[in-house]
Amino acid sequence: MASVLPYGCFTHAVVRGIPETFGKVDNEETTTDLAKAQRQFGVLTGALRQKVGLQLIEIPADPELPESWRIEDVAVIQGDTALITRPFKQQRRREAEAVRRVMSELNLTVVELGAEEGGSVGATLEGSDVLFTGREFFVGISSHTNHRGAEVLADTFRDFTVSTVPVCEGTRLKNICSMGGPDTIIISDSDGAKKTLRMMEQLTDHHYEVLTVPEGAAANCVYVRGPSKVDYLLHPPTEECPDSVPAFQKLTGYTLLPTACSEASKLGGHLSSFCLLINRKPNF
Amino acid sequence: MTTEVGSETEVRKEPEKAEEQPAAPESEPAATNQTDEAKAAEQSANDHPAPATDSAEAPAEAKEKQEEAQPADNATPQEGEDTPASPPASEKKGISRFLPPWLKKQKSQSQVGPKESQAAAKEEAGVASVKEEDGEKGEQAEAEQTSSPTAAQPQVEEEKINGEPKPEQKEEVKLEEKEEENHSTGSADTQPAKEEKAAEESQEKSAAEEENKEAEEGGEEKKDEEESPKPEGGHSFIKSPLKLTKKVKMVMCHVTMLDGSQFPCEVEKRAKGQYLFFKVYEALNLLEKDYFGLSYKDNADQTCWLDPTKEIKRQIRNATWQFAFNVKFYPPDPSQLTEDITRYLLCLQLRQDIVSGRLPCSFVTHSLLGSYALQAELGDHDSGEHRLDYISDFQFAPSQTKEMEEKVVELHKTHRGMTPAQADAQFLENAKKLSMYGVDLHHAKDSEGVDIMLGVCANGLLIYKDRLRINRFAWPKILKISYKRSNFYIKIRPGETEQFESSVGFKLPNHRAAKRVWKVCVENHTFFRLMTPEAPIKAKFLTLGSKFRYSGRTQAQTRQASTLIDRPAPYFERTSSKRISRSLDGAPMINVTEAQESAPTSGENGREPGLELSSDSKSGRLRVQGENIYVRHSNLMLEDLDKTQEDVLKHQASISELKRSFMEATPEPRPSQWEKRLTASPATSLRLQAQGRCPPSRTQEPLPDLTVDTVAKSADDKQKSGEAAWQAAEVEIEETVVVEEIRVAPKGSVTITTPEVITHVAVESEVEKPKDKVMEEQKRPVSVSSDSEEEEEEEEAGEYHPQVTVSASVDQIKEEPEEEGEEEEEQQVNEEPVAEPLPEPVVEVKAQPVPAVVEENSATEPQLAPVAEESPEDILVTPDEAPNGHAESPEGHPGPVALEEEEEEEEEEPRVNGDASHSETERLPQVICCSEPPVVKTEMVTISDTFAAQKTEIATKEVPIVHTETKTITYEAAQLDGSGDGEPGVLMTAQTITSESLCTTTTTHITKTLKGGLSETRIEKRIVITGDSDIDHDQALAQAIKEAKEQHPDMSVTRVVVHKETELAEEGED
Repeated sequence: MASVLPYGCFTHAVVRGIPETFGKVDNEETTTDLAKAQRQFGVLTGALRQKVGLQLIEIPADPELPESWRIEDVAVIQGDTALITRPFKQQRRREAEAVRRVMSELNLTVVELGAEEGGSVGATLEGSDVLFTGREFFVGISSHTNHRGAEVLADTFRDFTVSTVPVCEGTRLKNICSMGGPDTIIISDSDGAKKTLRMMEQLTDHHYEVLTVPEGAAANCVYVRGPSKVDYLLHPPTEECPDSVPAFQKLTGYTLLPTACSEASKLGGHLSSFCLLINRKPNF
Repeated sequence: MTTEVGSETEVRKEPEKAEEQPAAPESEPAATNQTDEAKAAEQSANDHPAPATDSAEAPAEAKEKQEEAQPADNATPQEGEDTPASPPASEKKGISRFLPPWLKKQKSQSQVGPKESQAAAKEEAGVASVKEEDGEKGEQAEAEQTSSPTAAQPQVEEEKINGEPKPEQKEEVKLEEKEEENHSTGSADTQPAKEEKAAEESQEKSAAEEENKEAEEGGEEKKDEEESPKPEGGHSFIKSPLKLTKKVKMVMCHVTMLDGSQFPCEVEKRAKGQYLFFKVYEALNLLEKDYFGLSYKDNADQTCWLDPTKEIKRQIRNATWQFAFNVKFYPPDPSQLTEDITRYLLCLQLRQDIVSGRLPCSFVTHSLLGSYALQAELGDHDSGEHRLDYISDFQFAPSQTKEMEEKVVELHKTHRGMTPAQADAQFLENAKKLSMYGVDLHHAKDSEGVDIMLGVCANGLLIYKDRLRINRFAWPKILKISYKRSNFYIKIRPGETEQFESSVGFKLPNHRAAKRVWKVCVENHTFFRLMTPEAPIKAKFLTLGSKFRYSGRTQAQTRQASTLIDRPAPYFERTSSKRISRSLDGAPMINVTEAQESAPTSGENGREPGLELSSDSKSGRLRVQGENIYVRHSNLMLEDLDKTQEDVLKHQASISELKRSFMEATPEPRPSQWEKRLTASPATSLRLQAQGRCPPSRTQEPLPDLTVDTVAKSADDKQKSGEAAWQAAEVEIEETVVVEEIRVAPKGSVTITTPEVITHVAVESEVEKPKDKVMEEQKRPVSVSSDSEEEEEEEEAGEYHPQVTVSASVDQIKEEPEEEGEEEEEQQVNEEPVAEPLPEPVVEVKAQPVPAVVEENSATEPQLAPVAEESPEDILVTPDEAPNGHAESPEGHPGPVALEEEEEEEEEEPRVNGDASHSETERLPQVICCSEPPVVKTEMVTISDTFAAQKTEIATKEVPIVHTETKTITYEAAQLDGSGDGEPGVLMTAQTITSESLCTTTTTHITKTLKGGLSETRIEKRIVITGDSDIDHDQALAQAIKEAKEQHPDMSVTRVVVHKETELAEEGED
């Protein structure tokens, strides 16, 4: 397939700013610190741009979309195809508009989940339930993503195997796992995560290295193989997962970038929630 | 062989003469004279390396003849009229018998040249005498023949078909003939009216049969001889041989090639799939053929794989004779294919898969693959020559948009300088990564009734629900595959954290679908996971496994064989995939030459007489002929092209359409090859039926009657066996579970000595009960005969895991891999019939029947032949009803391959592929199965395995049914080149390895010696098989030999010593 590259080769990152309404969702008064969240966001984007060397595209925050910062949910991008998803929450579906525009500007082929299914009966899909390994997709069937949504994804990225796995713990697949390298999956040590991992191992035709981290919060990292052929791993700092950092340090040749996201974590977010990673250089 | 044959023939002659003489006196003196002449002719023929038929017949006939002679004699006294008829029949034993008397008479008249053919001579002698005596009698004989047409036909066909009559078949035939004769005698009485009727009428009546025979004959060298008589006898027949062949019911097959062209091929109506396969491969000049197969649509419009080992007619039933040449096993790594032509064909298949939507791709992938296809077909993009719309004549996707075409062109420009072969390689490198590459989808429902898809592929079984993979069972995880009724089951190996194995069941639309999936699974597993096709025996014995075997080559074998391909890359022409219509429109500017003409030529080739073709083809394959031009029309996509434009408009909805197409396209039932080989000969199938589905269970019950009860028992047995390798096999109609219990331990010591060529297998097995053998036999038929498609087939799944280990063997030195030898042999075989039918063919035949791995031993000694023949006879006869089998078996394929196959079918199917290993595996099991008399047969088999090995000593004691005996059987391969036996050398190294498994203890003694600069490695294996009465010693032995062969593919088995200690334990049990 034309688009098959080792996982992690990205050139662009699309992010969306933290709105003032950050944390004010569902009338829940969570004790989030907006300023801190914005700071952490700034650190993250800075790392992506300056350390990793990605071109950063930041979509302005929209106060009317308190969860718009979780841009990962809104689109699934592989190669030059972007699937605009259909979040579980009705009020989040408007978040796609701005993202769609950006995708088009990047000359990505935009596929609409909703349009495709013509009001697809309840098809929902969120990017944080999708783990793309470079070889295949795993879609976590969770409270936010259902089978129908996964089908659309499979139809969109038909070059790849799309396997569904149960999300036994946490609310999103990516709460318990993420990619830590071209063939490395970082996964939480919890029983539910192990169960999901076993399923993934059964479903895959490939072999992945598994990096198990003791803390659930550490299971979500952002791996990027920068233009300079350096492996970067953005991971939660020691303050957030003291026991897991040593595990990351086992990754040889990596440049570790501790990046805090404690505020987002309070809302069920994680590092990868903040960004859509794109590769616009096919011959990277 | 020749010498033996000669002796045998002589023996025959004597009895015949005796018969004839009595008849002669009765008849006119002239007749006697003629008879004498005929005899002389026969003798001469016999002496000469007569066509395989003679030789083959000879050994088998010798016995049979004697037997026959008796009945014939009896008949003669009974009725004067009959007597004359009977003697000729006996005389004719060969094909001649079947031939109508007229033919014979004519021949006799024309006979003057005895050399024409043995058959003719025989015919002449017998017929002439008879006819001369009484024209009516001759007619009667004909009538008789006609009366028992089925039997006669099959025999004739078989003989004719196979330039080298297999001993088995012949024997069967003979038996049948005997029967026929008897019948004939009886019929003769009743048929006086018929006698009066003109011979013509009888001929006409029998014409159909004869035609078949003729057709077969026509295919073979023998044809000439036979044909000559026929034409003479039959007025109509007088026509050229071509006409003769036509008379045989020929059917025009149309094979849709991967380039979209039609390959017309005329085959006998009763030809087996193999024949057509052969023709197609030949036309394609394809060597790496094991990845491919022929498919057809059954009545339910389900795509099925044509079983090479079974009659085409029986498989397609009422469907049209329309086939498609397709990739059956998609190589996971096409770059490992040896020849570009193979990759080219794979590309064509994938393009077809893509356009049909069977292989879903993204837009980008469609474009990329399309660009490679363009590069391969058109070469570098030429902006001057290639207008922008040149591309619209090609189809790259189910629904193709302008955008996609532009993308394709854009990418095409980047491939400048890439050769077609490189473009194909790139195409494949990208296509192989697609998620659905090589996945064969089948509709099913899960245990909860939810619609799912079962995807069978190289890695295992995939479960999809709406395009989503929801589960996956890698082959190593699967312990057992089975089906029952419309249910398909897999037993899963327990995971690390699990204690118990679990079973997963799926509901297929119907029984056939279940069976289809099962077969595909077995085939794919065997092809991709095993080093060699698994012999049922093995499974029964040491491991769990299905009885079914995939008789074709495995990927490992075909790869190994590919390494031996030593020919310049064959030239083949890439035909334009553009739509012809469009090209006519003027759009086409493609340089590609459409070789429509070529297509016809290929068809012609296919039509050519099998004999010539076979020989030629083989030689051609091996040695590339520069002139062989591969012309194909690739119209594959053309059909779709029209749609394409329309589709373009619809492009927007492409996704949904694709989805739909995907769903629709997915289901492709593929009949597994297992059946083919298993079922092999129709006869077997008949037998099976006759037996009444007896499950081939190892169960103690000796009798075939076991059916249902057996099943239950088998189930129990399974439990007993624990892992129960066995899976119950279901008979189509109902669930017949064939449980094969593992009989407990026969003790056997197998000593395999392999200095490159020598292997000693000393098997000491204690056979407690002969009945067991019987059981086995029964079983065999079942497994063997799957016959019409779907009958019994045992579904045992198997755990094939163990064999995977064998891979090491591959690594071993390949001096002259067996495969090569095999191939060569095969070729020889094919050729032989044509050129020299005489002893050699016979030998081969004999060798073939034998499981012997070593096909290489081209020179089978005559001694062996008789043995082999006997064995086949036993097999045929003993197993149930030989007649049925014969009748079916008779179908002859003109092509040598077909012949061989047919011959082998019953016992061994492997040769078709040409792989020694196949033959071995298959053969072994088959052989074992075949042998009724436990000990004797087994031995026979063993010998055969040895290849043409000479049986040094055969102490065969047929154990009646219950005896305690100690037998020592030693077989030595004929080819022993200074087999380590006697020649002293310098001992280089020696080591002894001992290993134990369930019921066997294997001691391997490896000795390396240096003789005159040649190092010789001799491996002596002593395998002690300990088992209860339940154990099938024969199988154990066969298994041991097979394993030895597998482990040392580059070595040959030179000696097999079987020492059996049989204790009569509890006879009653079995």
